[in-house]
Amino acid sequence: MDEKSVKRDLNVSALCVPAKGEAGRTGDWRDFRPVIDHKKCIPSSKNKAACFLCWLYCPEGVVKMSIPVEIDMDYCKGCGICAEECPPNAIRMVREGENDG
Amino acid sequence: MADVRILTGNEAAALGVKLCRPNVVAAYPITPQSQLAEILSRYVEGGEMRAEYVRVEGEHSALTVCISASTVGARTFTATSSNGLLYMHEQLHWAAGSRLPVVMCVVNRGVGAPWSIFNDQQDSLAQRDTGWIQLYCRDNQEIIDTIIQAYWIAESLYIPVMVCYDGFVLSHTMMPVDIPDAEEVRGFLPPYKAHTLLTPEAPRTINSVLFPWRRLNPEGVLCDGYMEMRYKLQAAMTRAHGVIRKANDDFAGVFGRDHGGLVWKYRCEDAELVFSGMGSIANEATVAADLLREEGIPAGVAGVRTYRPFPREEAAEALRGAKALVVLQKGLSYGYEGCLTSDLKAALYGTPLLIPVVDVVAGLGGRDVKAREIAGAGRDAWKDLQAGKLENRSLWLNCYTGEDHAG
Repeated sequence: MDEKSVKRDLNVSALCVPAKGEAGRTGDWRDFRPVIDHKKCIPSSKNKAACFLCWLYCPEGVVKMSIPVEIDMDYCKGCGICAEECPPNAIRMVREGENDG
Repeated sequence: MADVRILTGNEAAALGVKLCRPNVVAAYPITPQSQLAEILSRYVEGGEMRAEYVRVEGEHSALTVCISASTVGARTFTATSSNGLLYMHEQLHWAAGSRLPVVMCVVNRGVGAPWSIFNDQQDSLAQRDTGWIQLYCRDNQEIIDTIIQAYWIAESLYIPVMVCYDGFVLSHTMMPVDIPDAEEVRGFLPPYKAHTLLTPEAPRTINSVLFPWRRLNPEGVLCDGYMEMRYKLQAAMTRAHGVIRKANDDFAGVFGRDHGGLVWKYRCEDAELVFSGMGSIANEATVAADLLREEGIPAGVAGVRTYRPFPREEAAEALRGAKALVVLQKGLSYGYEGCLTSDLKAALYGTPLLIPVVDVVAGLGGRDVKAREIAGAGRDAWKDLQAGKLENRSLWLNCYTGEDHAG
């Protein structure tokens, strides 16, 4: 029986270790990108750790809870949930290939 | 000293499961499997079996519980029949694709519609392509012995195994059964070692989306894509031929009973008219072969015990001297023919055996099939052969197929 070769295969079930980029650079999937107006963004403009609803709602975990708020564009899929949830409407979705405006 | 008891097939199965010491049992009752689930729950409740019995709301969940428990290192068991098995269908693929050695008894029953509680094998035949190993039992002794072998096979290959036996014909019929010694079973079947353990200490995601291509993970290791994972299942299935044979032979060495591995033979050596089939109907065919032998017709039986992986070489070898083949089966691929007929014909392709094959659909929904009726089908095939009629044909045994039923 060729049992040893089965034992050596660490991927008998399809396994992934939770890690940044495990599924590839998912930012490539994006059609629209979020653009933050830091003059409107609450933590950025008030220089206070407040709001961060974009960080809370982002399904990909690519929003950094920082001042100013940053989004990791390598992995942002462009879903637009942050723009939808932002209370002062500081985030606009801009089509890729077009200027931030 | 031998411990021989008079048992139903379900009772034999329950004892077999207990001897294999599973950690988790999850099953939902359905006729004719119910007795098996009930006995196992009684074993757990009474402390005879140190297992968790998970009560679930249906068969899809029953297998899901086994999949989850197997992923964290538990030996698992479930059992079902008919529409319950169909309800599991999605998770059958999931268990095989995850390479989890779940063992399940399928107590074969016809599928609805129309409702039938009675025996045929359409339920498990319809799961042929899910990536499970399928073993078919002839009698109650073979059920208890096959369950023990099934765990050994499943855990050697990381492929789930179905142990199939005919509803009522075996499940509710009493026969003498020699119960294997618990210590000897312990020696034969070592504890389950999972290929991967999901634990909080080493968190991983299992079976997330794989893309069509192979890919580098964040550590730069080239990982299998979907197609490689599927290839490995097929490769393991190919390796399963030898593993099933070894399980059979090692079991025979310890317990003294040889059930034939992949294909069993009855009076096949000089047989020119060979019956084939799976489960109890193939056992019935041995009586038919004896009847035909009394008439001077050299008949035998090549019974298929392992349906997946399909024993192409063993089947062709068993049929080496045959001049006609009569395939008895309790299930078919609608719009073509009996599933076993197609597989046996394919096994003969590329061999010099261009023999006529009679495709016999029999016993659907519990329709009785007697040995003399099987002998009759064999006798007709023999007469055709003597008359030089060599074409393949199909028939529905003991079924009214008049003009007004011609569709």
